[in-house]
Amino acid sequence: MNDQSRPEPSEQSAILPEPFLKWFAGRGWQPRAHQLDLLARAQAGKSVLLIAPTGAGKTLAGFLPTLVDLANRPKRRPGQARRGVHTLYISPLKALAVDIERNLGKPVAEIGLPITLETRTGDTPAHKRQRQKLVPPDILMTTPEQLALLIASSDAPRFFEDLRYIVLDELHSLVTSKRGHLLSLGLARLRRFVPGLQAIGLSATVSDPDELRRWLVPQDLSSRLWGGSAQSAGVEITPSADAPPERKTPMADLIEVAGGAKPEISILDSQERVPWAGHSARYAIPEIYGAIRRHTTTLLFVNTRSQAEFLFQELWRANDDNLPIALHHGSLDVSQRRRVEKAMETNSLRAIVATSTLDLGIDWGDVDLVIHVGAPKGASRLAQRIGRSNHRMDEPSQAILVPANRFEVLECRAAVEANYIGAQDTPPLVEGALDVLCQHVLGSAVGAPFHADDLFKEVRTAAPYAALDRHTFDRVVDFVATGGYALKSYERYARIKLTKDGTWRISHPRVAQQYRLNVGTIIEVPALTVRYVREGRGMVARGGPALGKIEEAFLETLVPGDTFLFSGKVLRFEGIRENECFVSNAPGKDAKVPYYGGGKFPLSTYLAEVVRAMLADPRRWKQLPDQVSDWLRLQSEKSILPKREDLLIETFPRGGRHYMVAYPFEGRPAHQTLGMLLTRRLERAGARPLGFVATDYALAIWSLGDMGRMFGRGELPLGQLFDEDMLGDDLDAWLADSWMLKRTFRNCALISGLIEKRHPGQEKSGRQVNVSADLIYDVLRSHEPDHILLQATRADAAMGLLDVRRLGDMLSRIHGRIVHKGLEQISPLAVPIMLEVGKESVQGDADDTLLLEAEDMIKDAMGTQ
Amino acid sequence: MSSLAQRARQPRDEIIVIAGERVVCDRRGVLFAPDLDLLVVSDLHLEKGSSYARRGALLPPYDTATTLSHLAAVIEHYNPRNVISLGDSFHDGEGAARLPEIFRRRLEALMAGRDWFWVAGNHDPQAPAGLPGDTVAEIHVGGLSFRHEPSAMPVEGEVAGHLHPCARIVQRGRSVRRRCFASDGSRIVMPAFGAYTGSLNVLDRAYHGLFNWESFRAYMMGSSRIFAISGAMLMPG
Repeated sequence: MNDQSRPEPSEQSAILPEPFLKWFAGRGWQPRAHQLDLLARAQAGKSVLLIAPTGAGKTLAGFLPTLVDLANRPKRRPGQARRGVHTLYISPLKALAVDIERNLGKPVAEIGLPITLETRTGDTPAHKRQRQKLVPPDILMTTPEQLALLIASSDAPRFFEDLRYIVLDELHSLVTSKRGHLLSLGLARLRRFVPGLQAIGLSATVSDPDELRRWLVPQDLSSRLWGGSAQSAGVEITPSADAPPERKTPMADLIEVAGGAKPEISILDSQERVPWAGHSARYAIPEIYGAIRRHTTTLLFVNTRSQAEFLFQELWRANDDNLPIALHHGSLDVSQRRRVEKAMETNSLRAIVATSTLDLGIDWGDVDLVIHVGAPKGASRLAQRIGRSNHRMDEPSQAILVPANRFEVLECRAAVEANYIGAQDTPPLVEGALDVLCQHVLGSAVGAPFHADDLFKEVRTAAPYAALDRHTFDRVVDFVATGGYALKSYERYARIKLTKDGTWRISHPRVAQQYRLNVGTIIEVPALTVRYVREGRGMVARGGPALGKIEEAFLETLVPGDTFLFSGKVLRFEGIRENECFVSNAPGKDAKVPYYGGGKFPLSTYLAEVVRAMLADPRRWKQLPDQVSDWLRLQSEKSILPKREDLLIETFPRGGRHYMVAYPFEGRPAHQTLGMLLTRRLERAGARPLGFVATDYALAIWSLGDMGRMFGRGELPLGQLFDEDMLGDDLDAWLADSWMLKRTFRNCALISGLIEKRHPGQEKSGRQVNVSADLIYDVLRSHEPDHILLQATRADAAMGLLDVRRLGDMLSRIHGRIVHKGLEQISPLAVPIMLEVGKESVQGDADDTLLLEAEDMIKDAMGTQ
Repeated sequence: MSSLAQRARQPRDEIIVIAGERVVCDRRGVLFAPDLDLLVVSDLHLEKGSSYARRGALLPPYDTATTLSHLAAVIEHYNPRNVISLGDSFHDGEGAARLPEIFRRRLEALMAGRDWFWVAGNHDPQAPAGLPGDTVAEIHVGGLSFRHEPSAMPVEGEVAGHLHPCARIVQRGRSVRRRCFASDGSRIVMPAFGAYTGSLNVLDRAYHGLFNWESFRAYMMGSSRIFAISGAMLMPG
């Protein structure tokens, strides 16, 4: 918004009131075409989706209709009723809401507009919330959860009666999650309160803008068929390309601002040897440091928090000039993150190492270089991250990609090409989740008694739920009422009850209280506060400063004395007490780097395709560094390189075992699943597999039996081994018991309200919830496998487990295209994954084996039998 | 897969001697004393689901059915003359009264022909309404004494429940947590048997002073066998 330097033609500037024109002129700016375009469409009553790169003045564009409307509003006369909220602004991040309040406050004050703007987040004190209900601000900036709370209130229709616009920021990021589903239902409710409500969506570039356009406007069947009443809500009826003309899909208007200058992306052409495997990029530290020195402010992105910790550590080791280099990731203590953000804003940092916490559009400082360490994993992600640089859409962004290993060189190359041709690989939207709908139905009853027919109609206007059938909806209502069990034993404990007038009402005020305490779809991973104690004092000492939070699951794998990197320091694990993890300084020691659940992305399908194509086509190798193209050439001599659509399987003996390496390039999660399924089959076939390891690019399985010979002699045809039917029974059997499904169920149970996150008057720790959710899952699965919550769990798992779908696509693609190469020894292409063998501990379902090991260890030590 | 994995899957229970009495720590979470023809089960927490439902958390109403079918399996296996339910047999005082008729009949069928003792627990201090069996505060059989809550001081031959013990080990960077029998050879605390019962790590303060740590073992319940893990291997949390 601070960037309006370039004048553009503005025939429509007539619609801007005088004070606005003056304000623009006072800065030597002119309103941009898309800002005026959006204003004109909004004034014509349309809902609009604005897709623009960062630095395009997107936020101001989104608020311009509001500001102009409010500027033209007649003054409130004494005695006239107070006016309600005029515009709602929804953002995925609390920090973003606060940031926008600050940024928007400036022009509002400078233009001299009589407009109040306030935020309302989980941090807003109770007295302020109360006041906001009585004296609403003109513009309220809030989050999807707060909106859910606001509409689940009996005075909501009155509170929102003057609402004119809803501005949805970072829409591309909101819509892909359950938060987006909750928000879509909230939007549907707001439209019922205010039929003419106009939605303005702000988004980064996405692969299918029409999905977002539909998301912004009501999707009810009647408007789809006849276009009728939806017109008043600013809906443009556009026949979609492949639908018959009578099936019209309501969509918001679209304004798309093309990216400015093409970014200048290079891949670090290191003088050093690029390693075969690993993710540290340690080899490139001196070159990265050199680039930081040559630029004013560098933003360094990595994919995981542990990589961030490692890179930060290494940079400081190299930091002979004592440059101010900071670290920022989601696990760090809030106060520390705020300090870093503050320093960013005032341009007092030379470099900042960050994970995805900085992906979203917070405006900070003058970044003139983005370095991406490790492969970007997706073309859209790379584009957004590079967009952080410069923030001036007319100047080219500067970016350097630093591959951490040889396969990543290929992937970075693919990403650069994708970026130049503007390819997008944002994930497609999914259908609305049922657990979210359960929560919304309960919230609806908390707000006011509802008729099932009306609520069903309303829910179907939300794009994610447009295809919801009545039967499923009724099951959801049944779940909310009595748990939805086949065994009807909870009628007397119903949370909502059907009353004589045909409406559903909550049965007790306590239900409303429980709903408010548990609203939202964000399930926090159980995490412990990391706190300093003095070295050696261990559990006795108390109370140093808190450094942040770490996932319990990671801490549980530590024993006292273990060291790990966190918050830019090497820490010694002292122990856990209640909800805190005690650590002390462990200077100069080698750390066992934490690996986190958060922040790992699999290679996108799109990039995987480009990488496969690149491997298959020697003409493209000249774009690669010599050491990498030499490696590929060697591979084609010693073994083969697969054709674009083929799957290469290599087998070779090594160290008394037999190895099979497959190269599907479908991302580590998919390979992990594939490895699990293949070992089951190999075991049945008598190959005696011992274990496997997966990377983003390949899968290696080792066994006692000679798999190469079994394949070669046709004892175990590869086509059979890789047959798609492995996704049937084998997958079901494995999935049913897997921790993954249990965790998914836990989330569904918490979101749907089966289990409470918090109960009035008591705090539940994550672990207590976890235990009972697992037990409930086991019981429910054996008694009522078709229960709606298990249905929701499976749907989630199938969506979340993109890898299973990818696996399915891959298996059908390679049908009849499996190329087996039996080798006497390891091939060049197999080296990276073979280096991972041994790093992997044991495979997935081996908990009992671990117990036996522990038991044996003691027996051995004590000399008992 | 490996012989270790195969061994880990072979069914096995653990026989230990408490106060001179031979007892089997059964992998399904019950104790059987062959010389006394006695089966002991602890913390059934029947009707926990409906107890929660009364407070607005509509957990699946199948916990009683699940717990009873697990119980039926072990009773069928040992066909014991005597059964002790070691307290917290019902999740709350009205649990027995809420017990659906079908489960009441199933329970009575399990009890038929046996001497059945309900030890009073903190959740169910009164005799279960309308069910046969003797309700006792504690009971002594052979060299063993059975009560719901373990006594604060070490008691030779005490069998108790109440604490819902579990244990955790970390092996190869992975954490494994399981319900367990907790014993130092002098007394034993039994795992909770109920389908919805959570568990508490044996290293928690609640166990303080109960065991002689030198000879302590957690008999952790695997999917098909018991693993005897010494105290030194255990992790809190």
